[in-house]
Amino acid sequence: MYATSYHRASSVGEAVNLRASHDEGRYVSGGMTLIATMKQRLAAPSDLIDLRHIADLRGISVEGRSVRIGAATPHADVAGSAALRTVCPALCHLAGLIGDPHVRNMGTIGGSVANNDPAADYPSAVLALNATVVTDRREIAADDFFLGMFDTALEEAEMITAFRFEAPEKAGYAKFPNPASRYAITGVFVAKTAGGARVAVTGAGSSGVFRVPEMEAALLSSWAPESVANVSVDPAQLMSDLHATAEYRANLVRVMAKRAVQASL
Amino acid sequence: MGTVFEETRAPSMGQEEDNMAKVTLTVNGRTMSGECDDRTLLVHFIREKLGLTGTHVGCDTTQCGACVVHMDGRSVKSCSILAVQASGSTVTTIEGIAAQGELHPVQAAFNQHHGLQCGFCTPGMVMTAVDMIGRHGGALDEATVRHELEGNICRCTGYHNIVKAVLAANEEMHGAARQAAE
Amino acid sequence: MGMEGIGARVARKEDKRFLTGKGRYTDDMVVAGMKFAYFVRSPHAHAKITGIDAAAAKAMPGVIDVLDGRQLQADGIGNLICGWMIHSKDGSPMKMGAWRPLAVDTVRYVGDAVAIVVADSAAEARDAAEAVIVDYDELPAVTTSLAALGDGAPQIHPEAPGNLIFDWQIGDALAADKAIAEAAHVTEIEILNNRLSPNPMEPRATLGIYDSAEDHFTCYTTSQNPHVARLVMSAFYNVAPENKLRVIAPDVGGGFGSKIYIYPEEIVCLWASKKTGVPVKWTSDRTEAFLTDAHGRDHVSKVKMAFDKDHRITALKVDTIANLGAYMSLFSSAVPTYLYATLLSGQYAIPAIHANVRTVYTNTVPVDAYRGAGRPEATYLLERTMETAARELGLSPAELRRKNFIRSFPYQTPVIMTYDAGDYEASLNAAMQAADWDGFAARRAEAERRGKKRGIGMSCYIEACGIAPSQAVGSLGAGVGLWESAEVRVNAVGTIEVLTGSHSHGQGHETTFAQLVADRLGVPISSVNIVHGDTDKVQMGMGTYGSRSGAVGMSAIVKALDKVEMKAKKIAAHLMEADESDIVIENGELKVAGTDKVLPWFQVALAAYTAHNLPAGMEPGLKESAFYDPSNFTFPAGCYIAEVEIDPETGKTEIVQFVAADDFGNIINPLIVEGQVHGGLAQGIGQALLEEVRYDEATGQILTASYMDYAMPRADDLPSFTLSHQNTPCPGNPLGIKGCGEAGAIGSPPALINAITDAIGIKYLTMPATPLKVWTALQGAAMPMAAE
Repeated sequence: MYATSYHRASSVGEAVNLRASHDEGRYVSGGMTLIATMKQRLAAPSDLIDLRHIADLRGISVEGRSVRIGAATPHADVAGSAALRTVCPALCHLAGLIGDPHVRNMGTIGGSVANNDPAADYPSAVLALNATVVTDRREIAADDFFLGMFDTALEEAEMITAFRFEAPEKAGYAKFPNPASRYAITGVFVAKTAGGARVAVTGAGSSGVFRVPEMEAALLSSWAPESVANVSVDPAQLMSDLHATAEYRANLVRVMAKRAVQASL
Repeated sequence: MGTVFEETRAPSMGQEEDNMAKVTLTVNGRTMSGECDDRTLLVHFIREKLGLTGTHVGCDTTQCGACVVHMDGRSVKSCSILAVQASGSTVTTIEGIAAQGELHPVQAAFNQHHGLQCGFCTPGMVMTAVDMIGRHGGALDEATVRHELEGNICRCTGYHNIVKAVLAANEEMHGAARQAAE
Repeated sequence: MGMEGIGARVARKEDKRFLTGKGRYTDDMVVAGMKFAYFVRSPHAHAKITGIDAAAAKAMPGVIDVLDGRQLQADGIGNLICGWMIHSKDGSPMKMGAWRPLAVDTVRYVGDAVAIVVADSAAEARDAAEAVIVDYDELPAVTTSLAALGDGAPQIHPEAPGNLIFDWQIGDALAADKAIAEAAHVTEIEILNNRLSPNPMEPRATLGIYDSAEDHFTCYTTSQNPHVARLVMSAFYNVAPENKLRVIAPDVGGGFGSKIYIYPEEIVCLWASKKTGVPVKWTSDRTEAFLTDAHGRDHVSKVKMAFDKDHRITALKVDTIANLGAYMSLFSSAVPTYLYATLLSGQYAIPAIHANVRTVYTNTVPVDAYRGAGRPEATYLLERTMETAARELGLSPAELRRKNFIRSFPYQTPVIMTYDAGDYEASLNAAMQAADWDGFAARRAEAERRGKKRGIGMSCYIEACGIAPSQAVGSLGAGVGLWESAEVRVNAVGTIEVLTGSHSHGQGHETTFAQLVADRLGVPISSVNIVHGDTDKVQMGMGTYGSRSGAVGMSAIVKALDKVEMKAKKIAAHLMEADESDIVIENGELKVAGTDKVLPWFQVALAAYTAHNLPAGMEPGLKESAFYDPSNFTFPAGCYIAEVEIDPETGKTEIVQFVAADDFGNIINPLIVEGQVHGGLAQGIGQALLEEVRYDEATGQILTASYMDYAMPRADDLPSFTLSHQNTPCPGNPLGIKGCGEAGAIGSPPALINAITDAIGIKYLTMPATPLKVWTALQGAAMPMAAE
């Protein structure tokens, strides 16, 4: 890892100010991706602004069907939240599949979504749940947030503080992990929301997480595994790598979508 | 995260000093401090500054779990946390779980069931098992143990005897708890 | 002491230190003034070095020095060698290219070491390494053996035209060809054996310490054989004479072959310690391990197996190309020859066998022995071929094997080996029973109803362990003898130290070797210490690999114990005024048979050291040493059965059961033996389903340089295993031991691939059978059916 300077922020305001005053700085939350990337010398932030000690950023609240998850809430807390489980167990299930128990104790939902790794699990949930991304300065709709691989609508120094969404009527997540990294080769989150059916795919798209309108339309008319089982996705928009060809991923999108719907029932 | 902590930073005297920090940790019940670069990983701080070499480094991608310690009661990978990030917290390492030289039930079970061979992944495995058994409150089966070991790689044992040892320790610890409750 | 003797299921003595964080591995070593090394490595697979400029790096904070290959060469440090001479079939010696510890003019694989930076901290050393400017002229690279042999392939070493290292053969080509021509049936198949990275969890590390006052070097290193390391570094690399070089391999976190070899880093750190005047420690990270630890396997073979009308094998013909990587590693030449082709008879009586093996340079990491070393390649080839033949002939896999088993011993194969003992059918029967083979059809039908494809596959393996009779291996080209040494030191109070040239890095020698002593002398294992891994303590040894520590290392201890017992009996007879031949050793006492005269063990030991009353002419003390040179290889064998269920929608294979039935000869500690099998199975299953080192063929860049892309078996990839033993004692050594360390890795890959191909109904499937590959195969298999 290259040399860096560490700053521990105790409030959102302090963190944003610290970040704004260090052009080459980065926020670090759980650090499960960032520190690993820095170790490989693939990232070299001059300064790290630690968000883990900002109490306001942690925690899950459920009021009726309205859910708010603080950005610095670790995956383990999301996976284990009894309140969340009553309204959206699919999200608990997804969080319990990220990394491993130790990674889940440190890694946070905000860090994962801000990083927008094309193989990360959370972006699919945020997009499928039509969540609102709350930042230190504004609110961003999920559909406007994810711009491409590792690219989001976040501005320089902008920090995610929370996610808000209305619990869906039904939701499910199915993931096919990479045999080596255990990241998603393909993960599909399906949600039956007030605004209609939403299907979001992670791990497969060559520009990151994406929705599948054909599947959504099919699910709108009938929320059943068979509805998506034969909806094909064009391999041309999918990634191809050592572990999975685009054709294989296209197949997995179908299969995982079917299983996600099955899991939602 | 109940610990109140005030971080003591070295006086800012130019570039080099700016990247140095004093790190204070409560490790295995003792408060320990040391100076290190901001970029120093917790695992290196524990191994090199505190001389506790039971915590190991087996990979560089946060996957193998040889470095697992408990930080403020949760299992974490000390290879992916800066020492300064951890400063102020309470850390338990493999050196800290055997009370008065008596092996912890998990350690005893690993011995009895031959859950280790070369011993390199073992500290991480044991710390993981202690955390796992604690979290699951006795409700562990083979499939759950195997899933929970996702973040720990062993090249020697084929996991067979590790799984056996974890289940045996779970039985021992929760069996004892049940008995005490009666 | 039967509770702790041979055959007892004793929990390991050495565990406590590992379980409490008190293990002492090389990277745990700290000495005063120690500095840290980082190696500048080639980012190119093949390039000329046109210049190295370390000026900026030397000015970086904390940097002690930057040293390169020209300086190393100027100081007379030698090139790395391959220690096993193979001659091509035309009689010419193998063509070994120069492997410099630090490259001077040419780099030949990504990761080839070019310079060493020594600095106050590892991080500063790495910072400075990035500031070393190395100018390269890139050359075309080649990564596969087939391409390297092709016309116009890049020439990797001037010494080896066309990149061919040797073209070797074994067996009788004419007899094999004749039998194939006359056969009732010939099964032909191409076999690929995938390239693997051994991945012991402890990355390699070394600490080189030069003492200028004594002109003496100490080398801490992650080695399976510190004595061989010292020998080679003294005799060939000119690091220091043996009496000025101490090599210590303390606790070592797994090896699996990859820590047999002496790598550039040990040599360079010792040399750098002298150059800089400070102790120099280097610790590999995992990425460096993928880039520099010797890889394993990487064979391409064509096979013909001939059968007569009664389904008896009449001939086997094999043509293999083995990729040895960019340089010839220490035992690389032996692996695809004498550790491979000599096992091609398997468990079967095959009258005619011929194998041709070509070895090839490529711009990849050097390839050498990895758990099994040659024997997994032979077993995979044979057992895939047998399975395919059974399907072609319409026989059950068990029936075809039964028809061809060797049933009387000793049995001389057409490829050198003389099998001494075995009962192959016993293992086959035990495995089939344990797996409920007969119930498989019902299980398959039930799986079909759930939409899953279920398959079953077997593998009957044999291996040659107990490596090896020195004269025999010497005649085959080995540069060393493969005996083992032992010294048994009885202290004056009767406690015992056993010094052994074997090296334990997970195998549990501290327990099993102590059990042997406990068994012989009736003392508790707590009074026996096993000393190993330090050239200052143990005089000489050949180390641990090839499942040799039990069969060879313990046999040496037996010989030393024989001498200790003989002397102790003489002393006891003298003290008790009895005849020496009447003395028996039981439960820690020396007794005069048929009387109540008895002396406790410690009193005899004490008498040996007080020397007040010894038989006339006897030297004081009770300490004996021995060298044991085996008379033959040992031949562990067994039968493995894998049953799998495949999810046709994703191609994912689940192992629903895995049965191993092994014949290891006599067993010292079943708990430890089972652990060895479990670990071997996991590595074999890893090879079959998950693991492969991949290169970009155009650039020679390694694509699987971390656990993000190289799939290591994890707990949820594996089932619990069902084991059993059908042991026939080995007649070749005093304990009847065959060895158990590699069997799991040898026998399991073909069982799995046979099961998967059974499930999906195809002939060819290369390892690893990833979900992608299986799914793709299923699409291919489904298409013709859809077209019907």
